Amino acid sequence: MARVIGGLTTSHIPAIGNAIAKKMFQDPYWKPFFDGYPPVWKWLEEVKPDIAVVIYNDHGLNFFLDKQPTFAIGAAPEYRNEDEGWGIPTIAPFKGDPEFSWHLINHLVADEFDLVTCQEMAVDHGFTVPMQLFWPNYEDLGIRTVPLVINTVQHPLPSPRRCYKLGLSLGKAIESYPEDAKVVVLGTGGLSHQLDGKRAGFINKQFDMLCMEKIVDEPGYFLDMTIPELVREAGAQGAEFILWLTMRGALGGNVKVLHSNYHIPISNTASGLLCLENAA
Amino acid sequence: MLHHDLPIPGTVLFDGTQAIKGYALNKMCYSFNKKANRDEFLADEEAYMEKYGLNEQQKQAIRAKVVLDMLEAGGNIYYLAKFAGIFGLNVQDVGAQQTGMSVEEFKEKLLRAGD
Repeated sequence: MARVIGGLTTSHIPAIGNAIAKKMFQDPYWKPFFDGYPPVWKWLEEVKPDIAVVIYNDHGLNFFLDKQPTFAIGAAPEYRNEDEGWGIPTIAPFKGDPEFSWHLINHLVADEFDLVTCQEMAVDHGFTVPMQLFWPNYEDLGIRTVPLVINTVQHPLPSPRRCYKLGLSLGKAIESYPEDAKVVVLGTGGLSHQLDGKRAGFINKQFDMLCMEKIVDEPGYFLDMTIPELVREAGAQGAEFILWLTMRGALGGNVKVLHSNYHIPISNTASGLLCLENAA
Repeated sequence: MLHHDLPIPGTVLFDGTQAIKGYALNKMCYSFNKKANRDEFLADEEAYMEKYGLNEQQKQAIRAKVVLDMLEAGGNIYYLAKFAGIFGLNVQDVGAQQTGMSVEEFKEKLLRAGD
């Protein structure tokens, strides 16, 4: 049977993709950020996951407002990025696993999560940056991926509780897959940041600390928050924390923190990294 | 009124009202995912805006490159970022413009958030 062996969170700022392309790992601005990742690589080398389910938000590459799904999932044999309008380098495609995707789709829809299913899907920095950060050699490893997209572009966004429940259902779906496979679930984006309006540049370290701490043993802390409350605390784009909560739901009960890192600022964002081992 | 119903300072949630208002502007900016479209825009900005049916308020905001005006005209920051990208502006440039700071001041503000 498949098993959820752990969860990873990381910010997915597009500037990181450029810094990776330019190999700025030792640059004074970037070093405190990039130094967070080698301990996670060490764990990933030990556990050797077969599949990564990547929970992210599409920032206007694959989806536009003509058709804006709340939840969407990839079921394609491979996923490619595009330049997103900024000349971002196009990188090697990511391997999909349609059979596993369809298992998740069947389970999730039966469990009342009616996802949009995508046999073609362009993946943006929300997906590619975390994959590059955790698996710089993803192409050689051939790790299979499933993109799971949650709307953070257009309100109403799904609530923290709804996303956590999606995660619970996702975890059960993964663990009912008959094939032996080790699966990690990535919750990407965050932490606090705001790009738009007169409050642009808003960062809330105190709330981020709460997120980093409580998501481990007390995710219920966030589940009664409304999206406007989350926006007030975390910034307009900090609402991406719902992606972390979805990941946390998929891990089930007890988790152990193997590694964490927090750094202000990367671009306009407070960056957060967690490596959680599923103890359940 | 509950705390969470109070308006959030300096923040407009991009909801259905904004999505309707800004549809043409956002659709144009979404088209900038493709280089051919960026080139077509740069070759004749007025014709490109006309093609996507922008209203006068939206056209004026694009001409002046004022992000707060684009938001006011229904723009969504994720699509507007693709417009900004055409001119090599990143999110610090955009943040500085919206808050009336120099880019250096804005970067300093971000650094101080870590204190």
